Amino acid sequence: MIPDDDVILDIQGLGKRYRDGLVALRGVDLSIRRGEIFALLGPNGAGKTTLISVVCGLVNASAGTVRVDGFDIVRDFRQTRARIGLVPQELAVDAFETVRATVAFSRGLMGRPPDPGHVERVLRQLSLWDKRDAQVRTLSGGMKRRVLIAKALAHEPSLLFLDEPTAGVDVELRHDMWAMVRGLRERGTTVVLTTHYIEEAEEMADRIGVMRRGELVVVEETASLMRRLGSRQLTVVMQSPLPALPPALADLPLSLSEDGSTLTYSFDAQAQSSGIADLLRRLAGQGIDVRDLHTSETSLEDIFVGLVREAAA
Amino acid sequence: MNRHAIAAIYRFEMARTFRTLMQSIASPVLQTTLYFVVFGAAIGARMGEVDGVSYGAFIIPGLIMLSLLSESIGNASFGIYLPKWSGTLYQVLSAPVSWIEVVIGYVGAAASKSILLGLLILATARLFVPYEIAHPLWMIAFLVLTAVSFSLFGFILGLWADNFEQLQVVPLMVVTPLTFLGGAFYSISMLPPVWQTITLFNPVVYLVSGFRWSFYGISDVNVVVSLAAIVGFLAACLLLVWWIFRTGWRLRP
Ligand SMILES: Nc1ncnc2c1ncn2[C@@H]1O[C@H](COP(=O)(O)OP(=O)(O)OP(=O)(O)O)[C@@H](O)[C@H]1O
Ligand SMILES: [Mg+2]
Repeated sequence: MIPDDDVILDIQGLGKRYRDGLVALRGVDLSIRRGEIFALLGPNGAGKTTLISVVCGLVNASAGTVRVDGFDIVRDFRQTRARIGLVPQELAVDAFETVRATVAFSRGLMGRPPDPGHVERVLRQLSLWDKRDAQVRTLSGGMKRRVLIAKALAHEPSLLFLDEPTAGVDVELRHDMWAMVRGLRERGTTVVLTTHYIEEAEEMADRIGVMRRGELVVVEETASLMRRLGSRQLTVVMQSPLPALPPALADLPLSLSEDGSTLTYSFDAQAQSSGIADLLRRLAGQGIDVRDLHTSETSLEDIFVGLVREAAA
Repeated sequence: MNRHAIAAIYRFEMARTFRTLMQSIASPVLQTTLYFVVFGAAIGARMGEVDGVSYGAFIIPGLIMLSLLSESIGNASFGIYLPKWSGTLYQVLSAPVSWIEVVIGYVGAAASKSILLGLLILATARLFVPYEIAHPLWMIAFLVLTAVSFSLFGFILGLWADNFEQLQVVPLMVVTPLTFLGGAFYSISMLPPVWQTITLFNPVVYLVSGFRWSFYGISDVNVVVSLAAIVGFLAACLLLVWWIFRTGWRLRP
């Protein structure tokens, strides 16, 4: 158990059924520690955005409770919302406002007195200062996303939600974004982000949660999850198809494709020895000629499938 | 009460108004001026007095009400529909504000704009027709009450509308006919008796009549009834907005 005052966000039994009957969240329990970076992964439609929307007050929950800093999001919504910053998944901007005005607007809306100094700091930090007097509609997509981040930071939130901050963003900006998030953490801001990129979660997050069909199937420290999931596959294409896997190779993590033409070997990339050399020797020993070889990393989708199978077992 | 939020919304909306100064202020003023020229000067010159007031002067309160109504509804409905449509309303919905702050910000801005417009039209009318205002304080009271309650009505309309068409249809199909038939250009006593009775079901009649009373001391219906009608309408709109925010209707899935 984490001590209570170390928990900034506490979600219990959260359920959401949309009016059309679709169940987007099924009894989600989650505690986020103060100061951590938490990545929420999951395929399209898993319920990540819905989860964030409930916490921020954009969607009404059907069941369960959410507390931010000990305050209930329904009863004490003024306290909880003042602490939260949200960068939504969709790029929705006030097109005709200037960058500076739209950021100052957000600060006021969140109940803070005007502070041009803070607005300037946020804009400089996001490399938007040069664009401060430009209308938002004249900016590129990546810049608009940064404007949304600036707006979310305008009132100095202690809990920041980034819903797919790096979708449609180039490599350079992605690295800037990562650096920015780390900078925020150093200043004590808790960050919850969603992403479809496993590398991004691995790179940034202290912990990772995986959602699937409205359920949080796994919550784990990033390092241990990566170790567990760091399996790779070696695909071996053979000269001639095999009718069946030779019994002499049964002790290896091998599987034969349906047409008998390829073998798939799973191994742990982080382990001392991959066992590939040994595998190739033993194939040769069985008189199996290898035509081609390639390795692949477990894709995010495989991970989800693996996790869900595990959860079911 | 989150007064910084009210100020932020109010300033945001007013900035939008001043960015589009031509549509917001200049065009309604021009339109009303045309009414004065056509109805007041051209036609009015051939008409006698209505209830002891020259026709040109008689139509001033009605014309102001006409603009006030359509502008209040238009401004307020557009002001809230636009962020709903563009998706930027998420900011307001995730802000530490209750319906009260949201309404004061949006409706306050829309009403301010209409009041400003009403006063501008009043000043413009002076160029064409001489008039007196018998009860200036009541005139302001009617102006403000009407602007606020119809901005509130427009706000509800904007929350309700799912597309631009719906946004246009209510002002066009309901409000415009009601205002034209609401006694802006004539006294109800000029109508045949049957129509006089039917007209009493038109809420705009009460607004125009009350407003005209504040100018010339003449009215089609008792001024107390007029006042009660506006206040009742205002209360109904407030109740509806409160309900919308409480249930999240069209706002929070
Ligand atoms: N307003 C709504 N009304 C009805 N259903 C909705 C609504 N919003 C989302 N849903 C449904 O809820 C489910 C979860 O959607 P959500 O947006 O939370 O997923 P997500 O994990 O964020 O997906 P993505 O990775 O694509 O952003 C989906 O099936 C979606 O169709
Ligand atoms: Mg999403």
